Amino acid sequence: MKLRSLAAALAATVVLPFGAANAVDLEVTHWWTSGGEAAAVAELAKAFDATGNKWVDGAIAGSGGTARPIMISRITGGDPMAATQFNHGRQAEELVQSGLMRDLTDVATRENWKEIVKPASLLESCTIEGKIYCAPVNIHSWQWLWLSNAAFKQAGVPVPKNWDEFVAAAPALEKAGIVPLAVGGQPWQAAGAFDVLMVAIAGKDTFEKVFAQKDEEVAAGPDIAKVFKAADDARGMAKGSNVQDWNQATNLVITGKAGGQIMGDWAQGEFQLAGQKAGVDYTCLPGLGVNEVISTGGDAFYFPLLEDEEKSKAQEQLASTLLKPETQVAFNLKKGSLPVRGDVDLAAANDCMKKGLDILAKGNVIKGTDQLLSADSQKQKEDLFSEFFANPSMTPEDAQKRFAEIIAAAD
Amino acid sequence: MLNLVANNSTVTEHEAVPDRITSGPRGAKPRRTLSRRNIVVYGTLIVVALYYLLPLYVMIMTSLKGMPEIRVGNIFAPPVEITFEPWVKAWAQACTGLNCDGLSRGFWNSVRITVPSTIISIAVASINGYALANWRFKGADLFFTILIVGAFIPYQVMIYPIVIVLREMGVYGTLTGLIIVHTIFGMPILTLLFRNYFAGLPEELFKAARVDGAGFWTIYFKIMLPMSLPIFVVAMILQVTGIWNDFLFGVVFTRPEYYPMTVQLNNIVNSVQGVKEYNVNMAATLLTGLVPLTIYFISGRLFVRGIAAGAVKG
Amino acid sequence: MTGQTRGSARPNQWLRNLNAKIASIPMILTAVVIFLGGTAWTVLYSFTNSKLLPRLSFVGLDQYERLWAAPRWLVSIENLAIYGLLSLIFSLVIGFVLAALMDQKIRFENTFRTIMLYPFALSFIVTGLVWQWLLNPQYGIQSIVRSLGWTSFNFDPLYNSDIVIYGILIAALWQGTGLVMCLMLAGLRGIDEDIWKAARVDGIPMWKTYVLVIIPMMRGVFITTLVIIASGIVKVYDLVVAQTSGGPGIASEVPAKYVYDYMFQAQNLGQGFAASTMMLVTVAIIIVPWAYLEFGGGRKRA
Repeated sequence: MKLRSLAAALAATVVLPFGAANAVDLEVTHWWTSGGEAAAVAELAKAFDATGNKWVDGAIAGSGGTARPIMISRITGGDPMAATQFNHGRQAEELVQSGLMRDLTDVATRENWKEIVKPASLLESCTIEGKIYCAPVNIHSWQWLWLSNAAFKQAGVPVPKNWDEFVAAAPALEKAGIVPLAVGGQPWQAAGAFDVLMVAIAGKDTFEKVFAQKDEEVAAGPDIAKVFKAADDARGMAKGSNVQDWNQATNLVITGKAGGQIMGDWAQGEFQLAGQKAGVDYTCLPGLGVNEVISTGGDAFYFPLLEDEEKSKAQEQLASTLLKPETQVAFNLKKGSLPVRGDVDLAAANDCMKKGLDILAKGNVIKGTDQLLSADSQKQKEDLFSEFFANPSMTPEDAQKRFAEIIAAAD
Repeated sequence: MLNLVANNSTVTEHEAVPDRITSGPRGAKPRRTLSRRNIVVYGTLIVVALYYLLPLYVMIMTSLKGMPEIRVGNIFAPPVEITFEPWVKAWAQACTGLNCDGLSRGFWNSVRITVPSTIISIAVASINGYALANWRFKGADLFFTILIVGAFIPYQVMIYPIVIVLREMGVYGTLTGLIIVHTIFGMPILTLLFRNYFAGLPEELFKAARVDGAGFWTIYFKIMLPMSLPIFVVAMILQVTGIWNDFLFGVVFTRPEYYPMTVQLNNIVNSVQGVKEYNVNMAATLLTGLVPLTIYFISGRLFVRGIAAGAVKG
Repeated sequence: MTGQTRGSARPNQWLRNLNAKIASIPMILTAVVIFLGGTAWTVLYSFTNSKLLPRLSFVGLDQYERLWAAPRWLVSIENLAIYGLLSLIFSLVIGFVLAALMDQKIRFENTFRTIMLYPFALSFIVTGLVWQWLLNPQYGIQSIVRSLGWTSFNFDPLYNSDIVIYGILIAALWQGTGLVMCLMLAGLRGIDEDIWKAARVDGIPMWKTYVLVIIPMMRGVFITTLVIIASGIVKVYDLVVAQTSGGPGIASEVPAKYVYDYMFQAQNLGQGFAASTMMLVTVAIIIVPWAYLEFGGGRKRA
């Protein structure tokens, strides 16, 4: 069976691409199910349908735990979809190594992905043993502090311009009955906030030493101790958040019940939906206003190896459609994320998005932790930080020790 | 107990025994009017019923409110302005990715999955239970013990091995495959249920039938089935609820054209991003729950009929 | 005792009971291929470092060492013990008492039964959500009681690490006791009316009849119920996810959640399998001896 599909894949590359293909139905699975996300997916589907093929939508809500076993079972069960979303990075590594995924190197070379995809790390994350296996579609960055202007006004203090000012303003907020920092109960939120604090306080180099090189000594060292000190502050400020979901936490900021939230750029969609304006109703501080660096994680599409020759051809068309400038602009404006190519015009972007684009243009970027660490290490980190944020009796020193152990064991 | 049974004959002479077929539930002697016991019984039941109903009340009230009201309001307060929009949205408009036709999309699939899966799993398990209780053969207990331990295995752990088995059988991605999976995972509890119930029935009946020359299947259909309505009802409740509400097996083992309505429910309730529409969530849940609820209500009659049928065994 | 099936000493014993054997083929296949095979498969791969896909690269006991060093696993076990014990006791007691009440020839039996059973029809995800609201200090039960004038009233189980597991227990009992009641009721209905009459004639008080006569006669139903409740306890997952996501922190984590999270979120199948093997071993240690006594040696009759 494998031989046959390999032959099919080879044949597909020999046959002239984008010939007058018949309309082919491609089933695409993903976990973008909220209003904004679905609208963004609709743009992808529209662009693909315009090539004469048909996008058959297979949305499954709830990433990670829910959608992934389904996708993997389908692929390993021998009944794969035509394309599927994963966070790029290391999630699909093994499927690729088992020869279940399709090699996109030809499309990528023909369309010059190496030149157009910025930053280059995005494509690197799709590359395994020199071959390209996925098409990146967007960049999401984590390093944002969202502040409620109304909350600070009520507390009678100016809106902070960086993390330290924010910490200093916390007592005033508390006095006014406002939770300074909203952190939802889901474990990934605490872990993500810590990563953000690390880039902001310890800097890009330390971040890379810890997460890229897995340097245990740095992880146990004084720089990271400072980050844990800040996390301790954050823990104190987050007391009383009493919400679960990240968007409920964002809602606390929107309604002025909380001073701020450390959350990725997707939080912006919530402010927009609530009719709030950047700079007027809320303030965004990339890199916590300390260190303007953003990470470049995001989403990518992977293509399982199919036996059907026509479908294989259509897969290539889909991959190429995803990276077209028009698709990129339409998709990312709806999604609230940044495009993966630097040569597109995002005039319609709002203030916060523009700040992000600026930083991106300056090249102040780091890889996201999803790209650097295995899902396993990420999960262990989540366990640690959700415990740390919820349990005041856990000292920063103890937490750092466990953190260093996780880094030491990471591969 | 022997003593009690021995007294039995005298009892029938002492009291006017009501016709058992029409007497309804068993239990202590019925006492009339507002005795203290009745107050205690009904009082307790009503208090308990209120505890069970409180969340339902909250769900219904929430499902009839608009989002602005939910954001500001008290969860126990009745809606100021009743709206059925959340129900309409949950049934016909809520989006799953690009398909915006709500729960209605998966409804018939759920029926197509639930009906055969329930019937087959109960049929298989009741025969198992009957064989185990009345026709024991060597080794049967060993298999049964394995089955019971199997009831404790978390489903998710079994996903990959079952994917492999189904792939090798050539039924991965089909309705047949899914029915097999439901039959497998329903088997431990159901078999236990039937085995213990059949074992509790008077053995004399079985023996008498054997003497009359009835075989395995004749006894099952003519004697065991009619006497077991209440337990079949319980089995049906278990299976209909379990299969109807199943999400994991439905999506992992079939293709999108067979996805049950829980896939849409999951998408409505579980959408991680964007504003949580609590009213639509609640409406969607209640809508999804309607089918099992209807079954519960209808099955009540079988409970009562079961008693009448059970009268044979005296 | 089932003498007619016990003639194994006689010749052509393979043909004896042939119908029963044929009828049991699905059960035998399920037991051997799926449950035994699947378990063996799981145990085997728990000694590997399988990540996203199962791979036979053995690492000895590494996964188990890591498992028992993980604070979250230890918390999970402790939670399961507390939750399991309480849930077992309360389910059985509440279920039986309700069933006994329902069996008093009451009016509206159908209505009461449906009311108690309906939570079972609702998905765990939403059960969790509703109880998350009811137990939320800002707009749930606490705020209602406080608004009635009792301002010092404190009830926030889901946000207090020490008692969060009881918050989950309340929701679990709400969801599951109706089914237990139904099972018990089916059992009570299977008991001969004559027993009651005899007990009344002998002047035995009702509660005593229940404890001394009826409950021993319902042994089979109790065992079934016990297995249903216990297997539900071991597998408890969705409810915790929906109510607390295991929080605050890791205070309400349970073993099944550890298994799923590590299998699918962490993509560390080996770790997930090691955890599920530990769960299975524990279950097997408890169940196999009991099952052997219960189902093994000759059949027991009430």
